Amino acid sequence: MSHIPEFHTIVVRVENKAGVLARIAGLFSRRGFNIESLAVAPTDDDRFSRITIVVDVASTSIDQVVKQLDKLINVLEIRELDPETSVERELMMTTLSAPTPEARREIIDLVQIFDAQVLNVGFDQLMVSLVGSQRRLDDFEALLSRFGIIEIQRTGKIALSELAKVEPTES
Amino acid sequence: MMQINGAQAVLKALEHEGVETVFGMPGGAILPVYDPLIESSIRHILVRHEQGAGHMASGYAHATGKPGVAIVTSGPAATNMVTALLDAMMDSIPMVCITGQVALPAIGTDAFQEADTTGITMSATKHNYLVTKVEDIPQVIHDAFHLATTGRPGPVLVDIPKDLVLPDAVFEWYEPTGHDLPGYNPKTEGDPASIAEAAKMIMAAKRPVIYSGGGILRSRAADELRTLAEMTDIPVVTTLMNRGGFPDDHELNLGMPGMHGNYTAVMAMQEADLLIALGARFDDRVTGARDKFAPDAKVIHVDIDPAELGKVRFAHVPIAGDAKSIITEMIKEIEKLGGADGQPDRDAWRQTLSGWQEKYPLVYGDHEPGKLLKPQFVIEKLAEACPPDTILCSGVGQHQMWASQYWTFNHPYTWINSGGLGTMGYSIPAAVGAKAGMPDRMVWAVDGDGCFQMTSQELITAAVEHIPVKVAILNNSWLGMVRQWQELFYDERFSETHFGSEIPNYKMWAEAMGCVGFRVDSPEEVVPTIQKANEINDRPVVIDFRTQAEENVYPMVPAGASNSEVLVDPSQRDADSSGETS
Repeated sequence: MSHIPEFHTIVVRVENKAGVLARIAGLFSRRGFNIESLAVAPTDDDRFSRITIVVDVASTSIDQVVKQLDKLINVLEIRELDPETSVERELMMTTLSAPTPEARREIIDLVQIFDAQVLNVGFDQLMVSLVGSQRRLDDFEALLSRFGIIEIQRTGKIALSELAKVEPTES
Repeated sequence: MMQINGAQAVLKALEHEGVETVFGMPGGAILPVYDPLIESSIRHILVRHEQGAGHMASGYAHATGKPGVAIVTSGPAATNMVTALLDAMMDSIPMVCITGQVALPAIGTDAFQEADTTGITMSATKHNYLVTKVEDIPQVIHDAFHLATTGRPGPVLVDIPKDLVLPDAVFEWYEPTGHDLPGYNPKTEGDPASIAEAAKMIMAAKRPVIYSGGGILRSRAADELRTLAEMTDIPVVTTLMNRGGFPDDHELNLGMPGMHGNYTAVMAMQEADLLIALGARFDDRVTGARDKFAPDAKVIHVDIDPAELGKVRFAHVPIAGDAKSIITEMIKEIEKLGGADGQPDRDAWRQTLSGWQEKYPLVYGDHEPGKLLKPQFVIEKLAEACPPDTILCSGVGQHQMWASQYWTFNHPYTWINSGGLGTMGYSIPAAVGAKAGMPDRMVWAVDGDGCFQMTSQELITAAVEHIPVKVAILNNSWLGMVRQWQELFYDERFSETHFGSEIPNYKMWAEAMGCVGFRVDSPEEVVPTIQKANEINDRPVVIDFRTQAEENVYPMVPAGASNSEVLVDPSQRDADSSGETS
């Protein structure tokens, strides 16, 4: 059966306690919800963590995902972020094979074009990083792939709601 | 200020929650908690298997409305509890289970009798805790009872490492007052606009049915349900989890819907133009093939758990909240719209329903000379011989369906069974728990021979603890429901379902466990033996009713079929049809 993924981004505020991530991961697996990516870290108030989950809802309803998550006792708040009205970022770090000066030059050109960074230089390898939208990271990764990716880690998407552009009028 | 150790704190916290009875078994990691139990006011019922403790707690909770409590040790005791926890989870039973755990420094080392209890039970509980500080014990237990009993009830497990309950683990006792559960805010009041909308739909419906589920009992809303049904004159189906939540002898009660439901209850839902689902969750055993279920019906869905709304069936009016409060508000809205007088003429619908009731009542054949008993006859006679407030417990299988079909439930909290998980062996421990909680009520367990062999050791508990439950085994020497499926859907290839008819000897087995044992083979003995059993109040009683193996449960909707394809009893089938009635 062909499966065309349909990704939604949800942001979940949870109590920062042992086992909370296991509860969320367990819920997703037992209800048959597919996690595309997941990023988690404590918030400014370290009693809570914020989790950004990208979930594939092609075979389930986002409504069920949200409601089932909400049943977890440690979950405080769930919001779905609309890509149209949110600012999204992801971080990628990758180590590339660069045995020749030509390869290094080409990689550094790409780093400059993408506004990426060289993080570490080895005698035949380069480590670079890029922060950007998922799409931009996908493009960067595709262009780098011909050099030989030795190691790569992407963080999964994090996102915040877009800010209002106009002061709301009082009604 | 009172210094107290962790073990004393566990018991003090339970007493603080009003716990009078606990079901359990000691072992290494929980051992320290059992020492101060000697001085405690709490009655401890010593089980023979930890699963029994869990089902007893569940039966106790069902019967009394109070949370059931089980205490067991770590490792295998905790894993033995898993079935009972998931059973309680599926049927929304308020339960608190306390498990011992290896000492904190030993966690993660594969210590003796170590199990990752919170990990294993994560999906079998509403919530669980691993306590890591002795001074957290009172608060965690207070939170556990709050979670178990509010919102959609369910089991909560508290895992306590042994070093926190050793005598030297002392702290200053405090009585917890509030709860710090920022993510837990169960909604009880329904949205007023939705309730008003629901009332309008009810007033306009031509073929409405009230689909009442176990939430009616959990919310203690049987009176409100009755008021709603009577004021609107709308028929009610009572799911397996709500038998007794609306009186069986009420003229508006169409009986149980679903796979083995009454024909009229099944077809009424199928043909309805409005389903008023109150504390029910559109379980697959009720809906049959989902895409063919109640095709013309609009749905009002009331449930305490918002995740149930729209999970299986789209609800035109979903209302999250407590059934009791929502039905009360709904009644007010209906009154505002003119009450009974404001409704359309439903004579045609009433006639359709009574036509079905007349044509397809529940039936079974007469006793055949030389053959064993009809199981339905046994249940009917049992119901007639027992006080109307008798609590009936059941295991899972054919006997469960016959008990639900042929007992007359006229009072709430008189029917206790394993609905969602379908746990064979539930009946006896559940009956022990129910009787422990309601000692003045007669408690019968209807069991199959398959179920009996899973948990009958808890009759020893009952005998020793003076909990005189009564057990009716509908013994057909088969795993009857599986046999039925093999007969109907596997071309009578009876693979591994025959239990053998003379082993074990149930009468001797009952006597060996300290119970009175009877064996009944002929219909004439049925009533006198039940009467004898009902006069015994100092010991448990077991009656081995020898029933006919060929007897099948009808009506039946084959798995995966539409409810419209319900098979009625062979004697009711038209000569020209294969059994389908429409």
